[in-house]
Amino acid sequence: MTIQTEYDPDSDRIMAVSFGPQHPGAGHFRIRLWLDGDYLVKSEPDPGYIHRGEEKMSEYRNYIQNVPHLERPVILDSSNILCPYALAVDELMGNKIPDRGQYLRVIMSEINRIISHMYFIAIEGLFTGHTTMITWCMGDRDFWIDLAARIGGARVTFAYIIPGGVRNDMPEGLTEKALQTCAWFEKRMDEYDKIFFKNPMVLTRMEKVGILSSEDAIRLGAVGTVLRASGVKSDVRKDEPYSRYGDFDFEIPSLSGGDAWSRAYMALLEMRQSVKIIRQAFKNIPPGPVRLKLGPQPRVPAGEVYARTEAARGEMSYHVVSDGSPRPYRVKIGSPSFKNMRVLPHLLRNVHIADIPIIYWSLNYWPLEADR
Amino acid sequence: MREKRLKVTVPSETIKEVALMVRDELAFDHPSAVSGTDWIAKDEIEIIYFVGSATKAGFQDFVIALAERIPRRDPVAPSLIYVWAGVEYHERESQEMLGINFEGNPYKGHFLLPEDWNDMPPLRKDYISPGR
Repeated sequence: MTIQTEYDPDSDRIMAVSFGPQHPGAGHFRIRLWLDGDYLVKSEPDPGYIHRGEEKMSEYRNYIQNVPHLERPVILDSSNILCPYALAVDELMGNKIPDRGQYLRVIMSEINRIISHMYFIAIEGLFTGHTTMITWCMGDRDFWIDLAARIGGARVTFAYIIPGGVRNDMPEGLTEKALQTCAWFEKRMDEYDKIFFKNPMVLTRMEKVGILSSEDAIRLGAVGTVLRASGVKSDVRKDEPYSRYGDFDFEIPSLSGGDAWSRAYMALLEMRQSVKIIRQAFKNIPPGPVRLKLGPQPRVPAGEVYARTEAARGEMSYHVVSDGSPRPYRVKIGSPSFKNMRVLPHLLRNVHIADIPIIYWSLNYWPLEADR
Repeated sequence: MREKRLKVTVPSETIKEVALMVRDELAFDHPSAVSGTDWIAKDEIEIIYFVGSATKAGFQDFVIALAERIPRRDPVAPSLIYVWAGVEYHERESQEMLGINFEGNPYKGHFLLPEDWNDMPPLRKDYISPGR
């Protein structure tokens, strides 16, 4: 019997099935699948189950009131996704952020990148049937959450990076604990490498699965780990340094495989660089104030700004339009998961059902972030 | 807009040709976002395509904002999915949130909004959120 590989709506061999939104492996997200037996012929993402109208909501609140709700779409990566909003408002107002505030923005962004990537490889481990990875990563992630909580005062949503700098200074004596965490985590990453990424079982499962070429990655607008795993060295932290990223010595890793394994391995390579940045930031952080006093309702001159940063999942962008009133006229949130969603139907075709979770999770897709 | 951001506003009849020129001659091949703004006082909707370059050396920090303004009462614009495939879902979003009809984008259903949404496009300025 031959397998039908082309989608034909009239064929009685093709069965349409939903993957999600209740499926525990899909998040709050549905993928419509058209199957021939256990062979995937075509797929179509169906987002929107957790659309919260963040953009409309922003138009009803002033520039400071917008801070807490704009970080809600990705609580794993809350500092990174708030950062471009703060950059955009700072740019509109012409704020010069104090150096200590800039360094604290970098520290929190990088700690959040690690927290987010740990979750990513934990879930990737879970869906490859590697239970050790999810238990280890979820446990180890907590040390980073503890560190972030010491600075930001909460475990996940810090509302820490605000227009004008950061909300508060870090407590005294944190540097030693942070450097200890960095040293411990570097050894720990070697263990992840051995037990998970170089594990023959994982390699068999993930290598050469869901290959995305660099041309397709660029054409489809992929960002972040997905783009770099396909061999494109693109990272906003290097391309367009913001918040004093230019002061730090770090590299942008990239891989040429473009497969699910490369996309997951990118997370480990990036965490190594994040540890490098955090260590330098804690050692070299200058003294001084951490924020400008903007008041509860700052006056923002009319204008428009397109600000972008590198969040854990990729390029995060904000298009903020001000008409000079206390509230933004328009806030457009460009989230990396939404940008990477276009890759999903490209990869989820002509594969077996068993590969769906592997490919889907390797994109580090976060439904809340895409829906906003 | 700041340095390294270039905003070009073109008539919607020529946006396809300009987009092809931006992609092929300037090598701005990496679509980043599509934003739409409802300028209710001017009776216009502005659509902006933000495009970066992943391959052109030295231009990684540059973003071109290709903009067009269309009448609010008849918001029809040509789709650019054949220029940058990556803008497809961004256009779908602008289509339902601002009520823009992208000619050439085959998808006409609801993407982020509920399937049974029968109110006006919510990012239009005259749409008032419930409870406001």
